[in-house]
Amino acid sequence: MKTRHKRMAFILVGLAGLAVAAGLVLNALNSNLALYISPSDVLAGQAPKDKAFRLGGMVVEGSLQRQEDGLTVHFEVTDNHKTIPVAFTGILPDLFQEGQGVVAQGRMEGGMFKATEVLAKHDENYMPPQVADMLEKGEKAKQAAGATAP
Amino acid sequence: MSEFFAMGGHGFYIWTSFGVTALLMIIEVIAVKHSQKKVFKQLARLARAESQR
Amino acid sequence: MGFKNSIAWYYFSAPKNFYVLAGRLIPWFWGAAIVLLAVGLYMSFFVAPTDYKQGESYRIIFVHVPAAWMSMFIYLLMAAYAIIGLSWKVRMAEMMASALAPTGAMFTFLALWTGAFWGKPTWGTYWVWDARLTSELILLFLYIGFMSLQSAIDDPRRASRASALLAIVGVINLPIIYWSVKWWNTLHQGASVSPTMAPKMASTMLTVMFIMAVAFWMYTIAVVLMRARRIILERERQTTWVMDLVKAGTGDKQ
Repeated sequence: MKTRHKRMAFILVGLAGLAVAAGLVLNALNSNLALYISPSDVLAGQAPKDKAFRLGGMVVEGSLQRQEDGLTVHFEVTDNHKTIPVAFTGILPDLFQEGQGVVAQGRMEGGMFKATEVLAKHDENYMPPQVADMLEKGEKAKQAAGATAP
Repeated sequence: MSEFFAMGGHGFYIWTSFGVTALLMIIEVIAVKHSQKKVFKQLARLARAESQR
Repeated sequence: MGFKNSIAWYYFSAPKNFYVLAGRLIPWFWGAAIVLLAVGLYMSFFVAPTDYKQGESYRIIFVHVPAAWMSMFIYLLMAAYAIIGLSWKVRMAEMMASALAPTGAMFTFLALWTGAFWGKPTWGTYWVWDARLTSELILLFLYIGFMSLQSAIDDPRRASRASALLAIVGVINLPIIYWSVKWWNTLHQGASVSPTMAPKMASTMLTVMFIMAVAFWMYTIAVVLMRARRIILERERQTTWVMDLVKAGTGDKQ
């Protein structure tokens, strides 16, 4: 009797687990497994019209502007093809930077994407600051050399 | 010293990650050792019961 | 595979011989695990440099990536043992599959946990339903399903067969986890280390990560062999060699 109860409990737990797993998969498949939509796709009308979605891309260099209230920021998100301006009121994550990846949740209002949440997407490179400095200097030197020697 | 534990302001995240990893690994070892002992005791009881029959 | 080799495989597929061999090997793996963990932890905090972008929080990588690797390796190994157990009815393989599952589940949980505590300071969120995170969560459910199925069926052979099927079907999830960051756009970044590309990490950081990965392997082998020995005792309890072992162990008390 006792073992039968135990067995029933385990089978129920197992089935519940499988159901949750299947549900998650279906849910993920439903939203096409993509976490975000690129600016080009949004402008091509592939984003939901009256539903919140995630916009992903790079923060355009020099586009970040703090508004007068000190909390609202405006910046532009690009996929190197099309660009969408974004407005967000709140605290940006530590790794949010111009020229870096970003994923913003929100909806289009007029031509502007009003974000309710902004997440920073970081890349797969890890190195000490000294090395990063060196790489940057090397990159600049290369560009300078390229500019002077046509 | 406290600067080390602060980890540049990310101490909470770093120590929670390393701490829970260490904790779970230690718990797993203790649990496996404990269950090994339990099985041995159980089998010993069975053997005794058998020999008394 | 040589003739001598196949004899060895055959020899150690007998639970009794496996039990003895595992007992001899376990202390060595413990030794290696403890030394490597000590070195790896020391290097994680005192040798590995600060990251240029993330600062100190990236140090979570030294437990996160090895745990995530183990979660997938262990599943692959478990499925391989499940296939061997299912097709050739090797009892020892069935027992090894069961011995691997809890440790695999633990590392999967740890990969998710450390990932959450790394995501918060870097991405700005503990969790997001992207393809990488979701498929790793499904891996945890697969492990839990495997273990629940085993404890739900009383007859160990039938339990092994049923759970082996689940393990084998679940293998489909492994390539999904691995390539999810390539196939779909995710918040999780791409791989820093892969067999086909130069690593995108400074070499000191990479060394520390590999030391921790090997340490986790040693730990896994040690703890899984210990668990396998317990499973052998349970499943082979009617055999004379287990009885002799038990009598010898308690002989002086009686």
